[in-house]
This record gives sequence, C-alpha cells and structure tokens, in this order.
Amino acid sequence: MSEAKTVKILKFDSEKCKGCLECEKACSKIHFKTDEGKEKSAIRIIKSNKKYKMDVCNQCGLCIDMCPVGALQRKKNGVVWLDKKICIGCQACVGFCPLAAMRKASAQIEPFKCISCGSCVRACPEKALELVEVEVKNIKEIVYYKQGG
Amino acid sequence: MIEGQIPVQEYSTGNTVHKWDIEKLKKKHKILAKYSYEEAKVNRGFAGKTLYVNLSTLEIKEKKVTEEMKQQFTGGRGFGLKLLWDSIKPSTRWDSEENELIITTGPLCGVTQYPGSGKSLCVSVSPSTSIVCDSNVGGFFGPFLKFTGFDAIELQGKSKENVIVVVDGEQKTVTIETAPEEETNSHLIAEQLTHMYASEDTDLSRQKVSVVSAGKAAEHSYWGCMNFSFYDIRRKVPRLKQAGRGGLGTVLRDKKIKALVVKVKDFDGVSNNPADPDKLAELGTIMHKEIRDLDRYQCNMRSVGTAHLAEIMDDYDLLPTENYRFGSFPKASKIYSPKFFELFTKIIPDGCWHGCTMACAKTVDGFTVMTGPYKGQKVTVDGPEYETVGCGSNMSIWDPLWILEFNFYCDTYGIDTISTGTAIAFYMEMYEYGILNKERCDGLELCFGNADAALELMHRIAGGDTSEFVVVASKGIRRVKDWIIKNNWGDAKFVNDCGMESKGLEYSEYVTKESLAMQGGYGLTLKGPQHDEAWLIFMDMVDNAIPTFEDKAEALHYFPMWRTWFGLNGLCKLPWNDVVPLSNNDTDEPAKVPEHVQHYVEYQNSVTGWNIDKEGLILQSERCYNFQRAMNVWMGRGQRKDDWIPYRSMGPVTEMEYKSREERYDAQLVKDIGLSKKEVASMSIPDKMKVLYEHRQNQYQKLADAVYYRRGWTPNGIPTPQKLAQLGIKDKKMIAMLQKKIDEDEKAGLNEWGGKYGKGESPPSKKKRYWEDWK
Repeated sequence: MSEAKTVKILKFDSEKCKGCLECEKACSKIHFKTDEGKEKSAIRIIKSNKKYKMDVCNQCGLCIDMCPVGALQRKKNGVVWLDKKICIGCQACVGFCPLAAMRKASAQIEPFKCISCGSCVRACPEKALELVEVEVKNIKEIVYYKQGG
Repeated sequence: MIEGQIPVQEYSTGNTVHKWDIEKLKKKHKILAKYSYEEAKVNRGFAGKTLYVNLSTLEIKEKKVTEEMKQQFTGGRGFGLKLLWDSIKPSTRWDSEENELIITTGPLCGVTQYPGSGKSLCVSVSPSTSIVCDSNVGGFFGPFLKFTGFDAIELQGKSKENVIVVVDGEQKTVTIETAPEEETNSHLIAEQLTHMYASEDTDLSRQKVSVVSAGKAAEHSYWGCMNFSFYDIRRKVPRLKQAGRGGLGTVLRDKKIKALVVKVKDFDGVSNNPADPDKLAELGTIMHKEIRDLDRYQCNMRSVGTAHLAEIMDDYDLLPTENYRFGSFPKASKIYSPKFFELFTKIIPDGCWHGCTMACAKTVDGFTVMTGPYKGQKVTVDGPEYETVGCGSNMSIWDPLWILEFNFYCDTYGIDTISTGTAIAFYMEMYEYGILNKERCDGLELCFGNADAALELMHRIAGGDTSEFVVVASKGIRRVKDWIIKNNWGDAKFVNDCGMESKGLEYSEYVTKESLAMQGGYGLTLKGPQHDEAWLIFMDMVDNAIPTFEDKAEALHYFPMWRTWFGLNGLCKLPWNDVVPLSNNDTDEPAKVPEHVQHYVEYQNSVTGWNIDKEGLILQSERCYNFQRAMNVWMGRGQRKDDWIPYRSMGPVTEMEYKSREERYDAQLVKDIGLSKKEVASMSIPDKMKVLYEHRQNQYQKLADAVYYRRGWTPNGIPTPQKLAQLGIKDKKMIAMLQKKIDEDEKAGLNEWGGKYGKGESPPSKKKRYWEDWK
C-alpha cells in the first residue's frame, strides 16, 4: 500500500470541454448507480468566466491521516481509497480536504471520492479528460500539525 | 511519523510489549450473574432504557426511559441525577451500600459528525465532598454503551470479590464475572480486557471495546478517578481519558469493580438514528473546516491540546505556582507548550471520540518510566493536559519529563492529577513552613520541587502504605488540614487560608486572586472548585466586561447553565469556545460565541427532532442545576456555609505574596477601598493585608448574595419552591424538603444577606422572603 510510487490523476483540458456533464453522470453511476451527476458525482465541472473548470480529488492523501478508523488508505496503485464498510461517517476528511474534493451526498452518511477509475474519461465526448501518471511524492500533502500560525 | 501517511498497520510506538496468556486469565473468571436483553435500536439519540446492576444481590435489570424523564432531565448528567435521587437517602455517603455509581450518555453522545460528541457523564456521592459529584470524560465507553442499547448504567451495592461487569453488544448479554488475576492498574488492565473481549484478533475489533477501570491508588485514596479507554488503531494501545474529579474511581473500587467492559457489535455515522442526518453532516463539516482554518491561529489544540494554556496563564499571572502563592514564575518557560510539542507524537487523529478534529488528546509514545513498579518500561502517556502541567508548576516541578511521570502514574494508579497535584502542593507549602516535616511526613521530604518525593508518596499510596501521613494525605487537603490543626502544628486560620479546597474538593489549576467572578466560578458551584462551571477570568479581569455585582451574577448564572448543558447531552465543551468563527468579535456577545450556540440549537434538534431554541437549552440546564443543588441541600449541604472558599483563592495569605505584588495591592487599597495614598504609605504590610482581607471577604459575600438572587435561591443559597415551579419541576418530595429547610433557616436567622453594604449600596432585594412573590 505505502509502496506506491505513482498514481493516476485526472487532467482536464478546459479548451475542449463544452459542459455536457457526461463525466458527472458516468461518475454518479459508479458511486450511486444513477446518472444524476451533480452532488452524486466525485468529479464536478463548474462554469466560471465562460470557461469550465474541473473540481476533483488529486490523490494528495492528506485525508489519510485524518481518518480515526483507518478507512482511508493509499492503495497499491497509489489511489486514495475510502472503505465504506469501515468509515463511520465523521466527515473529518470532508472538512479537511484542501480541495473540497472529498464529497458527501445526502444519500449516505459516508463520503465518497474520485478513485481514478476512468469512467469519466471514457464518457467525455470531447476528450477533455485524461488520466495521467504522476509521482506520489510530488503530490503528497500532509495535514497541518505545527504549533502557531 | 512527521512525514505522515504511514499506513495504520505500520506505525509503532516503541512501547514495551506485554505478553499475557489472555485465555488463561479468562479461564479464571467465574460468571456470577448473566442477563440477556433484547436488542433495541437507538431512536433519535435515545436507547430508551437504562441498565441497573446490583453488585451485592447480583440483580441485573432494565429500566425504561420515559418521555417525562427526557423532558425533565434531557439526558446525560440529568438522567444520572434522577436515577441517584430515586436510589439514595440523605444520609448516603460514598461507601454506603446504596450509593450508586452511574455512567450516562446523553442524546447527542456518539454522534460522529460534530467534534466533541463522545462524552460520558459520571454521577455518584463523592468521598471528597459527601455530596453529589458529576464528572465528564471522553473515551468510547459512553457511545458504545448507548449503541449496545442503554442510555445509562447504574451500579449499586458492593461485590465481595473483585469483579468485572461486561456489557456485550454482540451476545446481547450483561455479565458479572470474577476477575481474580487481571492487573488492577489501568494501563495494563485496559489492554488485557481489550484483547480479551475483542471478537477478532484485529485492531478494528479491539477498537469496538472500551474498558473503565481505576488503579491501585484509587483503593486507598479519595482522589480515585475512572479511566475510560479508547483503542488507538495506530498506536495499538487502549488510550485513557479520566473522569477525574471527586473520587469516583474510589467508589468504583469500593464496589470491588475491577473494570467495566462494553463491546459494541457495529456502529456507523447514523447509529443514533438522528432526525436529520444531513443537517448533522453539514454542521459537523462547518466545524471541521473552522478548526482546520483557525485552530493554528487560536488555541493550537490540534498540536498541543490544552497544554497551550501554560504560557498564557503565566503571562497573565494566573498559573498556580507553589500552591497558588504566585501566578507566574521565572522558570515557567521550561514547561510551556512548545516543550511538550517536541515530545508529542504528531499527525495522528487524536480525538477521544471519533470525528473530533479538535484532537486535543495528545500523547507521548515510548516514554521511559523513571520510578516505581514500571521503572524502565516504555509506555504511552496520555497527556499532559493543561491542568496536569499546572500541577507541575504548583508543586514547583519544572521538568516536562517529571510532569509526564506524574501524569502517567496518576492515570495508571487511578488518581486524579488535579486533586493529587493541588494537594501535594499544599503539603509542600506546609513543609516549607515547618508545619509538616520529614518526621511528620513519614520520611518524605516534601519540599517544593521534589518530584521524587511526590512520586514516592504516590507509590506508597498505591502500595497501601499504612503510615499515618500517607493514609491522611491520600484523603486530600481537607483531612490534612484537620489533622494538622488537631495536632496543633499550625495556626488554624493560616492553615485553612492556605489549603486550596472547597466543599472537600481540591481546586483546579487557576489563580483567582484578581478575579472576583472566578472566585464565584469556583465557590458558588455544585460539586466544588472545578472550572467546568464557569471560566470568567478574562471576561472579568482582562476585559473588565462584567464590572458590577449584577453583571457578575448574570455571568455566574448564564455560563454555569450553558456549560451544564454539554453534560446533559454527552458533549465536550471545548469545540464551543476553544475555536471561534472569525466574525465572533463582531457579535453582540463574543464570550457566548453566538454562532456556535446556534449550532448547538440545530444540533440537538437534528438529532432529537425537538424544536428547541437557545433559551430552551438554558432551561434544560436550569432544571438539572437546581435539582442537583436541591439534592445537596437534602444531604445537609448546598448552603452559604458550603460555598466557603479559602482566602488563598481571594488574596495574599502571606507577606511574601503581598510583597511580590505590592504595587498592585497598594493601588487597590486606594482605588477599591478608598484609602489615601498617604495612609497606604504609612501602613505596615500586615495592616494592609488585614484591610484587603476584610474587603475581599466582603466582596465575595456580596457576590454570593447577587448570584443566589439571580439563580432564584434564598439568601442562604437554597433553591426556592417558586423557582422550581417556574422550571416545571414537580417532584413533591423535593419541593416539601426545600420548603422545610427554608422555614428552618427562617427560624435560625439564615435568610439574611451575607454581605455588609455601605453607603449607596444595597443587597439584591430589600424585601424579606422575596421569592414568595415569584409566580
């Protein structure tokens, strides 16, 4: 688990995106077996200044050290994974996520996140999304622990 | 651990590993009683029943929680008071057969989304004070107790042999079992029983077990605390939180209970079955974010816990040093929080219940024990919290490692760090004056700063030493004062002025000399001088926000009620005001943290489905607060005489103290008392001290007058039947008892104000029996 040196994360091309939200629909299918997208999708496409931007987990793993029950782990493939069976729904990871990419939908108390499965990449008709391999050490974040501002 | 993201399985504390034959230990158990119960789903925060266990008769039964009980007592400590009131007599003392030890939960206890939601509230008749004592504590026991089906556990009677009580949420059974061979000291028995009762040999299974225990010193001392465990899957040790105050661990051991064990079958984020889980997640996430963004600029709870207070208290002359003689000390920087930060293990979620991102429960892992039976072993020390650091300064011990040693042994021996530290500080002061000496202390050189001697005293208490000093010292300051006075070793007034106890309970670690409101916050309390009722020092002394007696009385009404509320619900107070929103200073009443109060309104409503507003929360507390005071009256206490506080908490007892702050006191003689500068200059220090003494004593009595009036009590501090009627308390037995007491006070001339009022001043009411007009 800890040995993972690389991880695939999502890369987004804002020039290509037309805002069809097929990615969100594909994602909510994975997590909630529904194509509602929106709050049930781990990837969110947001329109700002006539352009689209992507809001999704970057697998930094800061949340791992926040979990009191060890439900969050970095898997062998480097992806940060939430085990819903262990999770006790405290939302500590949601509150501390630097990107607000750990999400909570009203359907369940346990949060959910991007697992780099690629279904959004496959669903995108504009090829605006791709999974790229990065080194874990370059993206890894740890929770603030020092004394003083 | 600094680099973070170490897999849970791979973290190691470096502690000494114990190898016990757990199966063999368990085989020695004899089941004395077994009770099976039906699974009940927790609904909107309540399991709907409580568990009764009698250690004498071995009876185990369930009691129903009625809607009326919820309305009158809310839950938590309120339920504890109700169960105790139904079970004891006014003559019941801590070691009486009928005394109960009650552990309760509260409707919000066990919520994982909102920080600080895992407190258990313990209630019993205290050995220190002989009245009702309540003590709150973290750890997993309370939440698990509720999720196995009970809002409270009530323990009555006494076992003949050492037993454990096991509530097994998997089997749906409650058993009383002998436990002859388990260790008694908490850091060991908690580990043994956690391993013994975990369903599988995994950390996740062990995390579903919680153990309550008290160590060997709790058997001999009145300072006994109860250690509540919470298994840490990273450190792989059951960590400990303490129900410290009032000697409840002493009651546990007097009942021959070695431990209580609860095992939860399963639980998740909605095990309380709340009315509105989405709202809970929303509120909790707001708090998590606030803590993430602001804690590092405010209290640094996440990095050093409450220990951050040491430097602040030292700065403001509030850090108790050498038995509260001083509020700051040149050596104090040696025990400032950065010293402990260096020692604490970092980047581990240190909540004492799941989801508490305030994470103030710090530990030092792999600490090498320096003295006593575990010398040389490496252990995890839970803490120190501020109060324990303050005990260090109070005993003039300025070495973080010795404070850790003191902390570790207090915990595992099952004694309260606060009572132990405050009491030893008093013995040390008496030693300095020669009132106590090596001979009188059975060979212990208890001078200030002698950490070795302090630890040796603790080891001797735990070992059951029968030397006269050790036996008396372990019962606390009040008994030692009486012992010194009886032996004519010191002037009675002086000894009483120095010993920092009230109602029989030792003070917690704040110097209150310059804050009258905080003197009331310690003295005008239910259980004794503990800062959990009110902490008004900054409001009063630094911000001067409550200048008049009326203002102070209002604060001594609102804040004790507000803080009581946490205990009715199974909550920790810290997330209320140890992190505050950025906009807090722009609100009308920043001291109340209005935005967080509103959170709590919504929080309680979203769990229980009630429709309460912020006034409703205070009303819930007022009912229980008055009920507890009335119980104290019933037990012969709870009156003005019992709200007495030692002069050391009001002003300078010794010339040395006066001289150390001479400028300040001299100025007060002019400003507050009206002497001219010339007069002050010509007075001797003893004369100045005498004037200050009379003034401050009178100020305290005037404060008591104002507070009693505001709380709806008589001038003798008795809750009035009229007030109880306003609160909707209908208990006829209680109302008749209070009326009788008030009538007796009338005959004895006790329904008179205690303060002496000068020209232009008046007591809160000039009307006799003013309460009779209240509708």
